[in-house]
Amino acid sequence: MDPKLDLLYRLADDQLILGHRNSEWNGLGPILEEDIAFSSMAQDKLGHSLQLYGLLHALGEAEPDTVAFTRNAPQFHSCQLVELPIGEYDFSLTRHFLFDHAELLRFEALATSSYEPLAQVARKLRGELKYHALHANTWIKRLGTATDEAIERMQVALNFTLPYALGIFEKTEAEDEIISSGLFIGEDELQSRWLTSITKVLGQTALTLPDFTTVTPVLGGRHGQHTEHLQPLLDEMAEVFRLDPTADW
Amino acid sequence: MTSTLTKAQILDWLQAVKDPEIPTISLVDLGVVRGVDINEASGAVSVHLTPTFAGCPAMDYMKRDVERTLREHGIEQVHVDISLREAWSSDMISDAGREALRQHKLSPPPVLGNVVFDLDFLEYAECPNCHGHNTELRTPFGATLCRAVHYCYDCRQLFEQFKPV
Repeated sequence: MDPKLDLLYRLADDQLILGHRNSEWNGLGPILEEDIAFSSMAQDKLGHSLQLYGLLHALGEAEPDTVAFTRNAPQFHSCQLVELPIGEYDFSLTRHFLFDHAELLRFEALATSSYEPLAQVARKLRGELKYHALHANTWIKRLGTATDEAIERMQVALNFTLPYALGIFEKTEAEDEIISSGLFIGEDELQSRWLTSITKVLGQTALTLPDFTTVTPVLGGRHGQHTEHLQPLLDEMAEVFRLDPTADW
Repeated sequence: MTSTLTKAQILDWLQAVKDPEIPTISLVDLGVVRGVDINEASGAVSVHLTPTFAGCPAMDYMKRDVERTLREHGIEQVHVDISLREAWSSDMISDAGREALRQHKLSPPPVLGNVVFDLDFLEYAECPNCHGHNTELRTPFGATLCRAVHYCYDCRQLFEQFKPV
């Protein structure tokens, strides 16, 4: 695949799928502010995916709605982390923390991409993503220094989520070209920046980052291999669209 | 169309187009209107808009309101385009716009200038009720994407802020 398309599909699909998952907290948040926060981040992420699908459309791919609502799971390039069900709040919060730190650093780096249309979108998105990282940090620090039960649950969530989070940085065959053409700094560099970033926050809590040498990253998402959770999500998300794909909303 | 049509005139007319969710501030003062072009030959007017937040659901309304307003002033060919060519920053809100936000009891975002925009910066806000600074960020997500919720320890009220970005 063309390196631009390869990169853009990964970015856009991550946003769309996690945006949908975040929206599932609508009405269920543990407190009203969290209900609103996850719903707002959902809205942000859907907006971000729309911008990125718009770039793909400009490169000759189908309309954003068609791309978002008519593909099946094996055609998605999102990492498996984003498709996992929302579970308990401890998991959703941990996923949000691990994902959005990577996302903020990713779009900060993309702001100087050699592909100017992507750099423009990145310069817009990075400011918004700061709020996502800020929100995650606040709660990780609060719960990560709270009661024994809170710390225990957050630690279990961190241990469970980390292998999936490492899948964010799964490379594709286009990686060398993506780096050499100046499109993006590359997944290894991003992962190293991410590690520094999350370590700084976790260091202010009672939580411990598991030793990476003992963790096997969950890969495959970038190559269309997904868990059993993605297809039902897509079916639900596209249910109304598929009733009448030509409807004008 | 007369030949006296100027950008200043267009911008003046567009002062009547307000943010659909903050009726005191115009799109011009909010910095959403990024440019106006007049085609001398055809009299067509192009207006360039940029969203405050990428997922802002009000953009279609804004576009429609701009088109309608200019048509009401007799401009037949109106073209509105929306892009991120020049990413919106809260520094683009004019002084008049900041005052308009205060009128709506929304704390205007602090001017960022060239300071490093780090996470600590997001926690600052001036209370729109008592103008105190003894405030705390309660949640970075409010009633709309562009608003955060803060608490003022001086007048003991929650208030909303237009987020710096």
